[in-house]
Amino acid sequence: MPYQSGWLAVFHLSMSINSQRIVITGLGLTSPNGNTLAEYRQNLLNGVSGVQPLEVRYMGSCLAGVCDFDPLKYQKRKAVRVGTRAGSISIYCAREAVADSGLNFDELDKDRIGIYIGTTEHGNVETENEIYAISKFNYDTKYWSHYHNPRTVANNPAGEISLNLGITGPAYAIGAACAAGNMGLIHATQMLRLGEVDQAICGGVSESIHTFGIFAGFKSQGALATHKDPTKASRPFDKDRNGIVVSEGGALYTLERLEDAQARGAKIYGEIGGYCVNSDASDYVLPNPTRQAQCVRRALNAAGLTASDMHIVNTHATATPQGDIQECGALRNVFGSGCPDTNINNTKSFIGHAMGAAGALELAGNLPSFDDLVVHPTINVDNLDPECDLPGLVLNKPRKVKRVDAILNNSFGMLGINSTLIVKRFEA
Amino acid sequence: MTNDEIKQVVTDIIADVAPDEDVTNIKPDVRLRDQLELDSMDFLDIVMELRKRHNIEVPEAEYPELASLDSCAAYLSPKFTALGK
Repeated sequence: MPYQSGWLAVFHLSMSINSQRIVITGLGLTSPNGNTLAEYRQNLLNGVSGVQPLEVRYMGSCLAGVCDFDPLKYQKRKAVRVGTRAGSISIYCAREAVADSGLNFDELDKDRIGIYIGTTEHGNVETENEIYAISKFNYDTKYWSHYHNPRTVANNPAGEISLNLGITGPAYAIGAACAAGNMGLIHATQMLRLGEVDQAICGGVSESIHTFGIFAGFKSQGALATHKDPTKASRPFDKDRNGIVVSEGGALYTLERLEDAQARGAKIYGEIGGYCVNSDASDYVLPNPTRQAQCVRRALNAAGLTASDMHIVNTHATATPQGDIQECGALRNVFGSGCPDTNINNTKSFIGHAMGAAGALELAGNLPSFDDLVVHPTINVDNLDPECDLPGLVLNKPRKVKRVDAILNNSFGMLGINSTLIVKRFEA
Repeated sequence: MTNDEIKQVVTDIIADVAPDEDVTNIKPDVRLRDQLELDSMDFLDIVMELRKRHNIEVPEAEYPELASLDSCAAYLSPKFTALGK
C-alpha cells in the first residue's frame, strides 16, 4: 500500500467507514389505512384500522386490507391494463419514495440504481384471472392472454418500476414469504456496501388480496380471521384472535451510502443498524421460536447493540393462536424482563397481514417515532392472552416515551424464513 | 354488418386496448400505427378480442390486413358475413 500521510489515511478510513454506513433517505407507501407516511402514521396513532369486507372470487365476502391509492397518478391507463396490481403498487411506492428522497433523479446514472422488491408470492393473481377468463370459453387455451408470462415472472414488480422510471440497473424480486419486506432492505444494504449500486429502491409489496387461493389456503389451515366487526378482525395477542387478515400494500425506500446522502444534504430517516436472516429447517408452516430468537440475537450482534438498547420491537405476530405464542416465547427469551425501555408493538392489528409488504410497511409505521417519541400501539387487545403478556407491550393506546434510538423489526415467513432488521436513529 | 359497423367494432376494441388514445377521430385510410400508439402486443390484443367477442380468427400471416380501419373492414367483412352477421 502506498504511503499515506496521517490525515489522508484518516480521511480514507473515514470514507471507507461511511461507505459501509447505509441510511434511509426516502419512503413511499400505500397501506390499507393510508397512502402517505403522514396519513398512515396518524391512523396508527389514532387507532384507525384499514380492514374491510372484500368479495373474493369463489369464496364470497372475506375480510381484507384494501388500498385505495390512485395508480393513474404515475401510470397511463394502458400500463395499468397491461401490468399487474403488484406492479402498480410498486410504481406508486417507488415514485413516492424517489420524490420524498429529494434525489435529483434526472441527473442520476440509471445504470447505478438497484431495485430490490420483496414479495411473498407473485403470479397467483394473474394465473387465477386467466383460468377464470378461459373458463368462459370452455377452457380453450387459445383465449389465454399473451400477457400472462410478463405478468407472472417473479421479477414483475421490480421490472415494472424499471420500465416506469427508466432505471437500467439491477431490478429483481426477492421471494422470502412474509419475511420479504425486511429482505428488500437487507439486500439493498448488502448491494450498496458491495458498491454494486449507488442508490437502491427497496422494500416489499403485496397484491395478495386479489388471489382467492391465499384466502382459501388460510381458511383450510384454520388460520383465516373472521369477526363481525372488520376493524376488530386482526387482533394479535388477544385471547380471542382467530387468524390472519390478508392485505395488500407496499412500502419502498430509497437507501444510500451515508457519504452520498450527506454530500447532497439529504434528510435521513434512520441508519441500518444490523440484520439477520436465517431459517428454521423444521416445518413448512409452523414457526420455530429457537431460530427466531437466534435471528434476533444475531441482528443485535451485527448492530453491536444489546436487547436493552432496543426502544421499539415491532413484532411479526399475525394473530394465529400458535404463531403469536411462539414469537412471544422467542422475544421473552431475548428480552426477558431486563429491558425496561423496550416497547413492543404490532402493526398488523391495524392493517392486517400485508404479506411481502408487511415488514417494510411495519417499519415505516414506526420510523416517525425517532422524531415524535411516540410508540404506536397494538390495537384490538381486549383480553390479553397471558401467553403473549410480554413486558413492554404497548396496548390499545400510543405510549409517549423518553427515547427512541433503535427499532427492531421482525418478519417471519413460511418454510421457516426469519428476518430481523434493526434501524438506528441517525447520528453523524 | 356494414363496413361502418365493422369499423366501429374495431374502434371499440382499440378503445379498450389503448385506453389512453383518442379514438374519436381515427382516419380510416391511414395506418393505425401511424396515428395511434399501438405496438405489436396491442395488435395481438385486437386479434384476441375479435376472437372473444365475435368468434373471428385472424391467422398470423394475415395480421397486416388489420393495418387501417379501411383494410380491417375489407378483410373482416366476409368473415362476419360467413358468421351470418
